[in-house]
Amino acid sequence: MFYREAGQFKDSYESDQAIFPVAQDRWFVFGVVIAAFALVPFFIGDYWTNAVLLPLLAYSLAALGLNILTGYCGQVSLGTGGFLAVGAYTTFKLVTAFPELNFILVVLFSGATTAAVGVVFGLPSLRIKGFYLAVATLAAQFFLVWMFNKVEWFFNYSPTGQITMPPVELFGVLITGPRAPSAAKYLFCLGVVAVAAYAAKNIVRSRIGRAWMAIRDMDIAAELIGIRPLMTKLSAFAVSSFYIGMAGSLYFGVWLGSAEPIEAFGIEQSFLVLFMIIVGGLGSILGSFLGAAFMVLLPIVLKNFMVDGLSMAVVTAKHVEIMSLGMLIVFFLIVEPHGLARLWQIAKEKLRLWPFPH
Amino acid sequence: MSERRNGEVLLSVDKISLAFGGVRALEGVSFDVLEGEIRAIIGPNGAGKSSMLNVINGFYHPQEGSITFKGKTRKQMRPHFVASSGVARTFQNIALFKGMSTLDNIMTGRNTKMKRGILWQALHYGPARNEEIENRGHVEKVIDFLEIQSIRKTPVGRLPYGMQKRVELGRALAAEPELLLLDEPMAGMNVEEKEDMCRFVLDVNEEFGTTIALIEHDMGVVMDISDRVVVLDYGKKIADGTPDEVRANQDVVDAYLGVAHD
Repeated sequence: MFYREAGQFKDSYESDQAIFPVAQDRWFVFGVVIAAFALVPFFIGDYWTNAVLLPLLAYSLAALGLNILTGYCGQVSLGTGGFLAVGAYTTFKLVTAFPELNFILVVLFSGATTAAVGVVFGLPSLRIKGFYLAVATLAAQFFLVWMFNKVEWFFNYSPTGQITMPPVELFGVLITGPRAPSAAKYLFCLGVVAVAAYAAKNIVRSRIGRAWMAIRDMDIAAELIGIRPLMTKLSAFAVSSFYIGMAGSLYFGVWLGSAEPIEAFGIEQSFLVLFMIIVGGLGSILGSFLGAAFMVLLPIVLKNFMVDGLSMAVVTAKHVEIMSLGMLIVFFLIVEPHGLARLWQIAKEKLRLWPFPH
Repeated sequence: MSERRNGEVLLSVDKISLAFGGVRALEGVSFDVLEGEIRAIIGPNGAGKSSMLNVINGFYHPQEGSITFKGKTRKQMRPHFVASSGVARTFQNIALFKGMSTLDNIMTGRNTKMKRGILWQALHYGPARNEEIENRGHVEKVIDFLEIQSIRKTPVGRLPYGMQKRVELGRALAAEPELLLLDEPMAGMNVEEKEDMCRFVLDVNEEFGTTIALIEHDMGVVMDISDRVVVLDYGKKIADGTPDEVRANQDVVDAYLGVAHD
């Protein structure tokens, strides 16, 4: 009833291939984007920005990147933490060496560097598949973190081994560092993520996206109909790493502000982002956002509920939070193995008919 | 079948030998496919029929022999080259992309025809969008031809077997091939589905002038629709000719009825 596409006739392939062919979807997404850009900045404080929105945006972008590789092209990767680090360290080196450089270019360049690194670590994917590839990408994770920890040039020989983001202005407004206004940080990240998501949605519904999915579903058939496996897999690694590199740039540059390689870019980050796409939905752009929201927001909701609502001790609450998060992930995977994105799809199918049973 | 068509030689394989370790899958097999004909490759299980298609496709590389396609002779083929020079195929066990819709599956068949780079595709604007729409037009023609309009947006994993076979044929046709290789297009189908599939194969051949090489076990179908038949047994060619000639050949009868090999 609320989600009926009856009467929406497509009279050209162009309108049938529009990004959101159903009018309700179009208006809904349009509304969410407008609200995120025009309303949210007026209502957020430092807490909301730093604890909720910035991690949400940075992780969404990373999840989007990993989903391109794992969800669309079927290549499992556990190197996300390492690729985030490449993006972060490129950003750090660029802003310290060229403070005048426009920050948008810095973010893009961080993505490009990470794409190059991703392609190198993607080379084994032509020969090895599945769990074995996951182990090979694990090598990328450990090697990259080790390198950023050991080679002093990367952290500008700072005695602590940490990297700290200097304040950077974009169009006259501070967007990094502790004195930057929350709204500016938020809007900058939102802009990057919105453009990146739009581009990703376009790519996955074009030739390259179809080639990725073909390789994922049946690689031999894909090869015999003229899709080059090497080029296709490497392009997935490149685009995926580009996104994760940009995410690393936002993650370190705008959100954290300072980072230490083992803690900020460790294997936990790789798993966290992998959980996001599994919970959110493999092979779904929306799923990347839902998964990131689930993994970022749920701990905060649980903690607030237990500490403020049930007046539990903070330490106890932390343990209960970890346990219940784990149980919720298992619960969701059993109820809907295709992730939150699939639940959303089912909800839409139900809404088409509601309140009628058929 | 109507009168024999005698086009130019489109594809000829010459003394192809293929071995996997000690197993000799093909031994000195030669035959040709003329432009516009329907050529059947038959033989008992394990005769090397699918291996032969895989050699033509460039998926297997034969140790000996050569392949001539459209006048150019090669020792072996490369899958990408074969696909982009006009050979498409279907598979014995359905090899569709299960997670994608019918439409997307058939669109992948046009992969080699699309050229725009990733930046255009990311924008989905201008040349990339025009290219997408133009190719969608071709795909819709195939969808109309195969009468699968109603399942256009259905994920192929949810389709019944016969429909999946039809979508797979659609994916091959979308590439507008000159030579279509069909690996057991009627396997596992009921009589009605087989009749439909035969009709499509004949229509493809007649309407688009596509040359077809097919492997099939249903002798009734093979004898009815093919112009010439080549028979393989244990990796060797034992007969080659019109359906009537092949049917009368004593070696073929022996191979199918299981006379001891000496």
